[in-house]
Amino acid sequence: MSYWFRNDNRLPQERLAAASYVIVGMIGLLLLGFWKLQVIDSEKYGQLAERNRVRSIPIIAPRGRMLDRDGRVLVDNYPSFSVLLLRDDPAEVDKDLPAIAEGLGLSLDDLKEQLNNTQNLPKFQPIVIKPEATQADVAFIESHRADIPLLEMLMVHRRRYLPGAFMAHATGYVGEVSEQQIESSNGRLRPGDIAGKSGLEREYNDLLVGTDGMRRVIVNSVGKEMGRLSQQEAIPGKQIQLTIDYDLQQVAEEDMAGKKGAVVALDPRTGEVLAFVSRPAPDPNDFAVRISKEEWQDLNQDPDHPLMNRVTQAQLAPGSVFKIVMATAMLESKVPSENFTAFCPGSATFYGRQFKCWVYGKGGHGVVNLHSAIVHSCDVFFYNVGMRMGIDRIAKYAKMLGLGAKTGIDLPSEEPGLVPSEEWVERVFHHKWYPGSTISVAIGQGAVTVTPLQLAYTIGGIASDGVFKQPHLMKDAAHVGEVHVDLAEDTVEQVTQGMYGVVNEGGTGGAIRLQGIEFCGKSGSAQVMSNTERSRLGKGLSQNKDNAWFVGYAPRRNPEIIVSVLVEGGEHGAGASGPIVRDIVKAYYDKKNKKTQGQVTAENQPQQLQRNEAGTVAEAPKAVLKPEETAEVVGANDKKKARPE
Amino acid sequence: MRDAQGARDYDWWLLAIMTAICALGVVEIYSATHGSALVGMHTKQIRWLVIGFVLMFVLSRLDYHVIMDQAPWLYIAGLAALVAVLLVGHTRFGAKRWIPVLGEFFQVSELVKLIIIIVLARFFAEVRTDELSLQDLIKAGLLVGLPLALILKQPDLGTALVLMPMLIVGAFLAGLQWKHAAVICLIGILMLPAGWHFMKPYQKERVTSFLHPEEDAKGSGYQVLQSKIAVGSGGFWGKGFGNGSQNQLGYIPVRYSDFIMSAWAEEQGFKGVLVALGLYMALLLRLVQNAQRAKDRAGMFLVMGVTAALGFHVLVNVAMVIGAMPVTGIPLPLMSYGGSATLFVFLAIGLVMNVRLRRFVN
Repeated sequence: MSYWFRNDNRLPQERLAAASYVIVGMIGLLLLGFWKLQVIDSEKYGQLAERNRVRSIPIIAPRGRMLDRDGRVLVDNYPSFSVLLLRDDPAEVDKDLPAIAEGLGLSLDDLKEQLNNTQNLPKFQPIVIKPEATQADVAFIESHRADIPLLEMLMVHRRRYLPGAFMAHATGYVGEVSEQQIESSNGRLRPGDIAGKSGLEREYNDLLVGTDGMRRVIVNSVGKEMGRLSQQEAIPGKQIQLTIDYDLQQVAEEDMAGKKGAVVALDPRTGEVLAFVSRPAPDPNDFAVRISKEEWQDLNQDPDHPLMNRVTQAQLAPGSVFKIVMATAMLESKVPSENFTAFCPGSATFYGRQFKCWVYGKGGHGVVNLHSAIVHSCDVFFYNVGMRMGIDRIAKYAKMLGLGAKTGIDLPSEEPGLVPSEEWVERVFHHKWYPGSTISVAIGQGAVTVTPLQLAYTIGGIASDGVFKQPHLMKDAAHVGEVHVDLAEDTVEQVTQGMYGVVNEGGTGGAIRLQGIEFCGKSGSAQVMSNTERSRLGKGLSQNKDNAWFVGYAPRRNPEIIVSVLVEGGEHGAGASGPIVRDIVKAYYDKKNKKTQGQVTAENQPQQLQRNEAGTVAEAPKAVLKPEETAEVVGANDKKKARPE
Repeated sequence: MRDAQGARDYDWWLLAIMTAICALGVVEIYSATHGSALVGMHTKQIRWLVIGFVLMFVLSRLDYHVIMDQAPWLYIAGLAALVAVLLVGHTRFGAKRWIPVLGEFFQVSELVKLIIIIVLARFFAEVRTDELSLQDLIKAGLLVGLPLALILKQPDLGTALVLMPMLIVGAFLAGLQWKHAAVICLIGILMLPAGWHFMKPYQKERVTSFLHPEEDAKGSGYQVLQSKIAVGSGGFWGKGFGNGSQNQLGYIPVRYSDFIMSAWAEEQGFKGVLVALGLYMALLLRLVQNAQRAKDRAGMFLVMGVTAALGFHVLVNVAMVIGAMPVTGIPLPLMSYGGSATLFVFLAIGLVMNVRLRRFVN
């Protein structure tokens, strides 16, 4: 052994001692660091750890179903998966976006645009990038959990409407909430939530939407679910029962197939809407997922206005149906007196201008009184009545009988129609009323416009001795408005006798008699434009054809059902619209008779089931749901859904 | 010279402290891995510990003067091994640091650390002046600089950095003059930009993310953030064994190795940290005490080289866990899982025992 170290034992004790002080100082500093994290900032980091660990996944509450008056399901839900993109980490999103687009079959540009559009939403809020995931999408997400941890699936409930746009304008449709709706919801709605956009879906949105639940799960660092912390169940929306009768609705739908127009059937005793059709109509199932901008634009710009609910929004000249209002006004105001007669040679001249009766060119009605004027729809008679009454008296009675104002049906965006008056002309056109205009209004032409619903409401009210029930679609509506108009018994008797004659005494509706039923009604053929305008443009255009109206009801006094039908371009009220009214009234009585004979509807039910491809009708419970019954949890609902249909 | 070691001459306190730290490590490795694909890691660690204890005792029997006699050859062998690893070594995790020995992969640089401790101790022991001359300081610098450059080439910044405190502590005890210290500090600061230039991209990223953690949410900034969340959320009392969500759900990066202190702090809280850091302080102070009682300067330098290396490990690792230093990949001695690193610590303590056993020998 070499002796290079030479037993040198001069140790630098001072510097060694300094080294131990350094050690103590170092450990002390480290402990201070831990003290800061673990004691001072402990709460903050505790929350961060919790946010890491816990992910909240919403449980979407299903919307309430809609049932018909007998409990058959009209609008239902089905479960579906939405693909969510978690956007907490923008760098990761940028990196994975191409792979996500490819895996889910989405366009990368669309995805980027969507991300841009949602940039000002909070980062922790995931966005729906694919509303309806296919099985392949689910497999893709599951198999790429580790390398693409940004995708999450969310079980949602989608709306299922009956096929063929069945009742589409009454039910309306749902869609993602608009920014306006979010703002006015006081934080109850979030982007991506589904809400009613039109029709009953919108009117009763607050009832139909449930309360979303929340599942809090533990996730590990790669986003895999490791356990469940808590689950707040979703409270499903309330089921609503409608006044609609599926059987009558079915008849109305079939009769209106391929036509443009509207059908509404009411029970004037209660105001209940029994059938409600507006055509053309888009299939609301197409909106249930997500509708492209182009499709939406096409629908909006379609000259046939498929998005317009014609029952409550089509404001058109009522044509001769208005004569019932005129007749009522005449009898009530006694101007002219009830024995007034007029001679109809086929036309008449007022204020230096010739006004034709509809029979012009084929002779005339001869001497007509009120009854025959209604039965044969004599224009000349009502020209004379109108001239004598004057526009303001006509307006007074028309308004009294419910025209020119909303009926108050439980649907959004109802239109009031228009009842012209001297005051109105001065206010809107700043000139005096032309007395000649009164002559046109007297037969339901000119400025007077009504909706199909208003006609059913008004005529139903007259036939019910002046009791006007607010139309409604909700079966147990809390408050049904009611308007009483004092009508003399004689007035009601004469007017209803007139309408009975229209169908049963060889009047304009003579072709649609129903054996054994007091079926009454009034036809109307309303010009879309004046005759002179029409000859200028040439015939043959559907837009230029007369709108065909028929309002029919039964029985003659205190009717149980009243049906108002509009067929746009149908030309002849009795010919185009009358048979539809008759079919519905007949279907109503057929069903009623079977019920009273104890056969109920069992006989025709199976046929209807076959007709209904969605197959939801058979499953419907036969009761109006009370709130506590609707509070079932989603889980239970899912089991029901799992049953093969 | 006589050989007179008996059982009572071993530093039993030091052994007890070491065993306690190892036990904490095994417990936390078990907690961090028992529910995952890495289950069983704690038994592997126990195996390393057993081998470590044996090697420690073997090394303590061989007189440290004999070992230090071979310092030049050990130095050459160490350099050769570093060159060899650069030429034929295995690349894992993007760095060439490993050579296979008996079916296990060993990090050569761990062995080189040990060799540098011995070489530096020999060098400083031969310095006869009370004050370290500039000439000797530069010689010592070159002695460390050569292997340091080779280790940086692997690249292994962490291990390379460990050589620096060995040099600094050695020079300090050998009588480093304050003016030289000041000049070295100045040069060091001036060299920083140049050092930046030679850093690998991932190393640069670690430094930038340390300086600006918010700019790097998923990289090493994310690791440090998750580590801080784990430590902070542990609170004073901790979440309990096996109950740390950051640990159990995998948010803490390499929670069984480099970030084991983070997992420990989360589950055992500040009180657990107090125990662990208290043990480390006791260990280091006990080492210094051994240096103070060494028979000669050679032994003192040897023990203090070990102290410098272990102290630096503890400081850099624990400071990284609480976000006070950048991520360097330096394990926590005796607690972190790892074969080479564990064996290095035991061999280093073996040198300390060696010095202690011979403190009364003349």
